[in-house]
Amino acid sequence: MISCAEAVRQLWEYLDATVDPARRAEIDDHLSLCARCCGELEFAVEMRRLLADSGGPELPEDVRGRLNRKLKELE
Amino acid sequence: MPVRVAGTTDERAAPPERRTPKRGPRSAAGPSAGPGAERAAERKQAFRELVGTQLPRLYWAARALVGDDAEDAVQDCMVKAFERFDQLHDPVAGPAWLRRILINCCRDRLRADARHPDSVGFEEVESFSLYRKIAYEDPFPYSDSLHLDFLQEFGREDVHAVLRRLPDLYRVPLVLVHMEGFLARETAEILQVPLGTVLARLHRGRKLFEKRMWDYAEENGLLKGGSR
Repeated sequence: MISCAEAVRQLWEYLDATVDPARRAEIDDHLSLCARCCGELEFAVEMRRLLADSGGPELPEDVRGRLNRKLKELE
Repeated sequence: MPVRVAGTTDERAAPPERRTPKRGPRSAAGPSAGPGAERAAERKQAFRELVGTQLPRLYWAARALVGDDAEDAVQDCMVKAFERFDQLHDPVAGPAWLRRILINCCRDRLRADARHPDSVGFEEVESFSLYRKIAYEDPFPYSDSLHLDFLQEFGREDVHAVLRRLPDLYRVPLVLVHMEGFLARETAEILQVPLGTVLARLHRGRKLFEKRMWDYAEENGLLKGGSR
């Protein structure tokens, strides 16, 4: 079985599905027996969510005002 | 070379009727306006609506890619998109088309402001695990969800501040994949580098992001639990 260090090193790639099938199976085997690495995996999922959510539906008002003015100037 | 998006064409290939106003009855576009002016007014309105709905997404993507130059990059994007709006034939492709233009504008700015990557000790970063660091340092002793509490200390501005601490080389693929939702192979196409290069930069970028998160949390008092 691969070591914790080897499994953890590729957790993001595992979540991206960019590891090859053989490696994926090795990581799956490791995760099925290692609670700590499962914790690492859950944390990686949360980290990815933090990044994905760091855009946003709203703009600072001053920024919105300046960009809308620019948009009107294009006409 | 700029990246193309499905649903768009080169301006030179635009149908002639789009560029050659014909005479016709007066319209709401103005007292002496013809169909050409009416089409132009519709075109401007469609452009305004498209950009208006996408502004927040464009701005935050630009913030992550070029930091304080974000507003300028979005303005560059608006100008270029307006000039090329005739190339967009499928309105559904509009948001993706705008994002690609924005990314090209950001890349131009990064190239113009080319800096050497920070000296990064990758041996140290490669072995760094934020998960283990948090568990070892135990910054919130009374927490029963230590790792989530750590992440919850990071607001949007904090995440962007951490991203700005990464060299462009690693920040750009990280943002394209994990904020903008591009696949690694799409990112390779956008950046015009081999897929293996993108995967390697993503790997290092993620490790570096974890390390910089911890450094940022230490430096900005995020480890004191609800101190802000």
